[in-house]
Parts: sequence; C-alpha cells; structure tokens
Amino acid sequence: MKRRDFLKASLGGGAALLGTGTAEARGNLEPAEDAIGMLYDSTLCIGCKACVSKCKEVNGMPPTSLGEETAWDAARDLSAETLNVIKVYSEGAGKLKDAVKDGYTFEKRSCMHCVDPGCVSVCPVTAMRRDPKTGIVTHHPDACIGCRTCMVGCPYNVPQFDYDNPFGEIHKCQMCNQAGVERIDQGEMTGCAEVCPTGATLFGSRKALMEEAKRRMTLKPGEIYNYPRGDVRNPESHHEKAVPEYQQHIWGEKEAGGTNVLHISSIPFDKLGMPPLEERSYASISETVQHTLYSYMALPAIALAGLTYVVRRNTDDEGGDDS
Amino acid sequence: MSAYQPLKRPLVTLPFLVLTVIALIGTYYLAQRFIHGMGIVTNLNGGYAWGVWVVYDVVVGTALACGGYALAITVYVMNKGKYHPLMRTALLASLLGYGLGGVGAMIDMGRYWQFYNIFTPWHMNFNSVMLEVGLCVATYILVLCIEFAPTLLERFGAKGLVKALNKVLFIFIALGVLLPTMHQSSLGSMLIAMGWKVHPLWQSLHLQPLLAILTALTMGFAVVVFEASFSSVGFRRPSETPLLAGLGKGIVGLIAAYLLFRFGEILINGKFGLIFAGDLGSLMFLLETALFVFPLLVLSSAKYRGQGSLLLWASVSMLFAGSLYRFNAFLITYDPGAGYSYFPSTPEIMVTAGMVALEIMIFLIVVKKFPVLHDAKHA
Repeated sequence: MKRRDFLKASLGGGAALLGTGTAEARGNLEPAEDAIGMLYDSTLCIGCKACVSKCKEVNGMPPTSLGEETAWDAARDLSAETLNVIKVYSEGAGKLKDAVKDGYTFEKRSCMHCVDPGCVSVCPVTAMRRDPKTGIVTHHPDACIGCRTCMVGCPYNVPQFDYDNPFGEIHKCQMCNQAGVERIDQGEMTGCAEVCPTGATLFGSRKALMEEAKRRMTLKPGEIYNYPRGDVRNPESHHEKAVPEYQQHIWGEKEAGGTNVLHISSIPFDKLGMPPLEERSYASISETVQHTLYSYMALPAIALAGLTYVVRRNTDDEGGDDS
Repeated sequence: MSAYQPLKRPLVTLPFLVLTVIALIGTYYLAQRFIHGMGIVTNLNGGYAWGVWVVYDVVVGTALACGGYALAITVYVMNKGKYHPLMRTALLASLLGYGLGGVGAMIDMGRYWQFYNIFTPWHMNFNSVMLEVGLCVATYILVLCIEFAPTLLERFGAKGLVKALNKVLFIFIALGVLLPTMHQSSLGSMLIAMGWKVHPLWQSLHLQPLLAILTALTMGFAVVVFEASFSSVGFRRPSETPLLAGLGKGIVGLIAAYLLFRFGEILINGKFGLIFAGDLGSLMFLLETALFVFPLLVLSSAKYRGQGSLLLWASVSMLFAGSLYRFNAFLITYDPGAGYSYFPSTPEIMVTAGMVALEIMIFLIVVKKFPVLHDAKHA
C-alpha cells in the first residue's frame, strides 16, 4: 500500500524542513494503567454475528435488513445503527478458512479504543473523552456540536453520524459502559464478548489480553490449545482447537500509539482492510504542531503587539485619507 | 467629501434576477436539510464526513475571502498607502466570504443548536485545531464588521462615530492581520490529524500550516487583483492595472516560496515518483502545479504583468490553484478506504451555489448603496 510507505518518511522530512525540534514534541499517550479491552482472534471467528445482534440489543438499535427476508442482521459496515460488524475476507476460491490464498476469514469492525485517540484530540468541545481509569473512549452528545471532525480524525472511520435524523448524533462503541448500560462498572463484560460462542472476541484488561495474544504467537501451528471464552481472567468455559498459522503481529500493540482492542489473525492486516498506520499517532503530531505555534499564546501575543505598533505608525502617516 | 462613492447603477438587472433564482433554489434545499436531516440533501457518509459544504464554504471560501487580509498587510504593514483605494472593496468581499464560511459551518453542523459550546470554556479542548479555527474565524468576522463599519456609518452621516472609530481602528486592523494568519494556517493543520486518508502528495504533516498560509496569501492577493480588474471591466470603470501590477510582484515571491517548500517536502520524503504515477492523485497534482506556475511566469515578466487581460488571467489561475490545492487535499484525493465514495448531490451543490449567489447579491447591493468603490477622480 503506497500510503504506508510515505507516511514514515513525511514525519522526519517535514520536521527537518520546518525546523520543529523533537525536544518539545508530544509523544504518544501511554495506555491507562487499568485499561480494559478486547482481543479479537479472526481464526476463531465463525461469522455467526451473535456479537452484532447482541450489540444492537444492548444499544437499543434496530437490525439492518437486506430486503424482505430478515434472517440475520445484514449490516455491511459501521453506521449510526451498527456499532459492531463482522466483515468477510475472501481470496480466490475462498474455500480454506484462514488461508491467505484461496481462503477466507472474518474481521471485526468496531471502535478500537485507541490509547492515543484521534477523535479525542480533534474534538473542539471535548465531546470525545478517554476515561482515565478504563481507557474507554466515550462520547458525550450533550457537548457535541456535530462538526464531525472526530470522523475524519479517526484512522478507522469509527464514529458515525446519524445523517437521516434532523437532530442526529454521533454513535460509536463505548464498550457497553455508557450511562444507562454500565456493564463494565457493574462487573460484567461487553455484550459482544459475552455471547461469542468461540471466544473469538475475548474480554479483559489490556495487559491480560496482551499476554494472551503474545502466548498465541508462540504456539506451534497444529498443536492443540485450550481457548478460553468470555473473560480472559475468568473464562466461563474453554474449547480445544488446533493452533492456526498466526501472523506474528498483534494489531493494537503499537499502531498509532496502540489500541485497547487487539486483533490477531492468520491473514496480514492490510488484506483485512486495516489502515496503513505508523507507530506515532497523528494526534501527537497534530498537537505538537499546534502547541509549538500556540504555546501560552506567546507567538500570537508578540505578533499582535508588533502589528499594533506598525499599523498605528502607518495609519498616522496617512492622516487625511481616513477622515 | 469622501473619496469613496456609491456606484450609481440600477440595482435590479438581469444577472441580479438570475442570482435571485439560484439563491431561492438553494434556500429550498436548505429548508429540506433542517426539516429532514442532512442525509436527504447530501451524499455524506461514514467515510466522507465532510463534503462541499465544509470544503468549499469554509476551507476554500475563507481563503478566497483573504483579500482584506492580504491588502491590510500591504497597506498597513508594508505601508504602501497607494493601494488604499482597493481596501473597502476587499474588506467587503472578505466580510461576505467569511460570513458565508460561518453560515456554511452552521448549516453543516450536525448539532447546530449546541454551537455555543465552542465558546464555553469548560467545553474547550485546547488540543483541537478545530477549536482554534472556530474561535478565530468567529472573532475575525466581528473584526471585519468593525473594519467595514466606517463605510456604513459614513453613508448614514454619523460623522462623530466614524471619527471615534477611526481613533481605535488600528487595533482592529492589527487583529485583522493576526487572526487570518492563525486560522488560515490552522485550516492546513487540520489535515495532520486526518493522517493516512490524505494523499501522500498532500500530507506534508509539519508543513501543513506553512503551505496553507502561503496559499491563502496568494489567493488573497489574487482576489484583490481579480476584483479590481473585473470591476473595471464589468462596471466599465477606469483600469487600475498599474496599481495591480505592483501587487503582482509580491505574489511572485509567495508562489516561489510555496513551490519551494511543496517540492522540497516531496523530494526529501521520496514521494517524487507519485507525481508521475498516472493516477488521479498525480493528475490533480500536475494540474494544480500548472495553475501555480502560469501566474508565476506571467507575473515575473514586467511586460506581461502590465497587460490588464493577462493580469486578470493570472489572478484567475491563482485562485483556481489555491482552491484546487484545498479541494485535492480535503476531498478529491482524500481516501478513507475501501467501500466509501463521495460526489456531491445536486441539492448539496445548489445549497452552496445559492449561498454564493446571495453573497454576490449582497456585494452588488452594498457597492450600489454605500461608498465602497474608490472614485477615480480622487485617485
């Protein structure tokens, strides 16, 4: 993917040209100490969409139908009425589960709950917030002005505005912990992880999930592993399955500062539609530039003082012209 | 007696009636947007959250309204008083252009009834480039109103008030130079957070604010040249070519600096090959660059610069160049990934066309009723 190749270069070159030192640069934010998250293992997903259905039930959203017969939820992508969706990857004959060639697999799309969220950084009115304790990226419609900068500032196109409602709002996954739902605060897990029959969506702390993901990376393909379901620290049950050939890549460990929702797969992530991200978050670059120019409003204040002096002198010269 | 006079021409002309019809069609679709929501009027979607309303009305429109800004720098900072006769026209066009930007932002705002949250300190997010743009543009519209106020007050004979205002006007003129420098560069900074979705040829990260301010300035000067040349042709007024040719020299420096940084960034970051990739991005880049180079060639030659028609064409080319730079970065080569596409719907375009028509109508009314245009006899 060409965009991936050039972004890294742009980082260094741009900074050098403008002379913005890295000394003042704001680095990526760090994960919250007790961040919670999810681990999605595409090799375990069977595409049953129980998670899509449960998500809509928890969030009070209607199913999406494809014509008259509504046998299953047919949402194709995230929308104001779909906060979680399962997509299909298919190559060639599309017959072998988890094979790159002639294979197929599934991929979950929902908010990744970035460690350094673009939406939080760009929102002018603090309607997007990162919960300091859980790391959940929350949305607050009472503050939102609907400018949709969060949508363009999200590397995953997650926040969705309800365009069909004259009084619409932004919708996104809030890990089932928004006011009125509060599953996490009540010690429950997210709806999608709770109903997943294969443990493809696993709930837990970011740390525990990262350990689990790293463990799976070390397993030998073909050997039997006892996969947990539900909550990684307190699984409600396990099932045994042969280990697939994992890509040695945990999506969300480092991408743009990392995410609390981690993905692992046997298919390279660019083929699964994940964006071309470097380790440095765009939020951190944007804020570095902005705070270099507007630190304590010093530059604008000096500029205004200078301009006022010059303009005053020059308007006095003209005299008669303005009277 | 003021050196400025209302233009003594009939108000209702055929072009004026055509503009009225366009404005009415726009108003109809605008009503639909507020009754049924944005979905019924626009082609916006989950990947393309910003369409022509944001990109034309706000991003391009305010840059086209930089005439007042560019001229204020020339007259009040560089102390070139001879350009003063162009000032009121430029200020009026800026006020209208920024007004359109402000109204456009409100129309596009999904939750416009809460817009005031941007002014409440407990909501403000000081990391947000959008906050800076919003606050700064709002303040600048007020400053433009104050800068333009003497023209209106003069018409109503409020001499005392004009005199008092003129005493403190220098503060607002200074603000009128500072504020556009801030928000026009920030409009570029907004692209940083849009990250990988912005085409590599337009994603210059740290250089975004610099490229944005350089192009805003060229567009500002271009619009001054355009308006003055056009009004001398359109209203059959004496030509101001010698004055404008002088501005042209300044523009050469701006375009040269812009091209230097633009190509420097592309070369240093090894993106040069993308220019000739033969895809949409490369095509748009070449077109955009040609539009910047043409005025550079015309304006760097003393011979061509002195010709009114070439000067007009150079300014038009520059306006298209700066506009295309913004359209390319924010919309045309912007790619949020597979599954998303956007082309503005007819109603969406009509709303923007209607607002531009309204802007031109107000411009025509004001220059015919108020002392905006400089009387050639006094020059």
